[in-house]
Amino acid sequence: MIFFSSFLAAFTFALVAWMPAYAAGETAYAAVAANFTRPMQRLTKQFERQTGYVIRTSSASTGALFAQISHGAPYDLFLAADAARPGRLEQAGLTVPGSRFTYAIGELVLWAPRRGTVSEQVLKQDDFDHLAIADPRTAPYGAAAKQVLVSLHLWPAIAPRLVRGESINQAYQFVVSGNAALGLVARSQLVAARGATWPVPQKLYRPLTQQAVLLKHGQDNPSARAFMQYLKTKARSIIARFGYRLP
Amino acid sequence: MNADLNAVWLTLQLAGLTTLILLILGTPLAWWLARTRSPFKPVVLALTALPVVLPPTVIGFYLLLALAPDGPIGRISRALGGGGLAFTFTGLVIGSVMYSLPFVVQPLYNAFAAIDSRMLEAAATMRAGPLDRFRSVVLPLARPGIITAAGLGFAHTVGEFGVVLMIGGNIPGKTRVLSVAIYDHVEALNYGQANLLSAGIIGWAFVLLILLYALNHRRVRQVQRIRRTA
Repeated sequence: MIFFSSFLAAFTFALVAWMPAYAAGETAYAAVAANFTRPMQRLTKQFERQTGYVIRTSSASTGALFAQISHGAPYDLFLAADAARPGRLEQAGLTVPGSRFTYAIGELVLWAPRRGTVSEQVLKQDDFDHLAIADPRTAPYGAAAKQVLVSLHLWPAIAPRLVRGESINQAYQFVVSGNAALGLVARSQLVAARGATWPVPQKLYRPLTQQAVLLKHGQDNPSARAFMQYLKTKARSIIARFGYRLP
Repeated sequence: MNADLNAVWLTLQLAGLTTLILLILGTPLAWWLARTRSPFKPVVLALTALPVVLPPTVIGFYLLLALAPDGPIGRISRALGGGGLAFTFTGLVIGSVMYSLPFVVQPLYNAFAAIDSRMLEAAATMRAGPLDRFRSVVLPLARPGIITAAGLGFAHTVGEFGVVLMIGGNIPGKTRVLSVAIYDHVEALNYGQANLLSAGIIGWAFVLLILLYALNHRRVRQVQRIRRTA
């Protein structure tokens, strides 16, 4: 009995000692498109240091997050990789009106970590085993990759050698692990990467206009509101450093 | 729909081949485990049981590294004239064999362990060689366990998802199995097709399990009847 009560006391003490870390700032939950995972880590670190608020991030393909939010997932913010899905959430009345804006414009890059050079020509030869892309149905970067291959008249020919990641992060991981020789990935993923890259000309795919939106769930969350403001202002230089264009 | 039928066919091929390989590899392993007095027995038992407790992502992650052209399994494959094994049907078979191993070995081990060694000794006194003893004593006695092993190995491979998602690359006709096809439909909000495939798989799994239990039940009753008359 004595053992039990002292255990209880210790447990309560531990709980109380641990709680302030979480009670100090309001916490907002952000659904973030996979391509933006790494910039988001940098941004939240700076944001939390400067404001005391806390942001918790979940990453997946924009399509997967869209499906979750449509079915009531309790996110406060949505940072998508396209403009279409935030727009559809707005039409469905799941967002705070007027909160939708473009926070970054992404770029698609052909990446070959084990080659000296890479270009459009490499795609037309058949000396590579696999080309990794994100799933065009759920990932905007995958849709852009498909547009590129269609524009270059390679889509049917290259299909047998395509491997699809569920998000652009899995496509990246297929390449970085050496299983696919080539990948059409986001420029932001390659900030510290080795190997040859070919920035795909913008005329080959529709611009990756990435929009953020404050969700209904987060309309009274001061942390979520502050982060939206931060994304429009101080965040811009970090976003640019990851290779995004700014609106 | 054609793509979905493709996924069904691919899944059946994968599960069938995996079960076959596991019965071939698992039988000697389970037999050794059931008869050995080696101090390494607990270690080998633990190794075979590992896939039950590991998250599929752990297996998927290490397989992704191992199957790559410069990974250990990928190197073997290249030495044999192949390429990297991720995103291939062969890669999926390797993954499935690891993932479903305990579901085949465990029932086999239980069945073999339950066989009275005196019956084998009796058969040996009648000059039955090792193979003959295995065929005419062990196999009939262990039949329920073998059926369970095959059924569970097959069903568990059909139900595999995490490993395939991580090493498959989602290629239609090559690595897009049923579970991944369902996931894909849900992600793309095609709930109709996801529903069709999911309901189908539930019905199928249910029927398979009923068959398994019914077969084993009948077998047990037969044995009881024989014991009563003896």
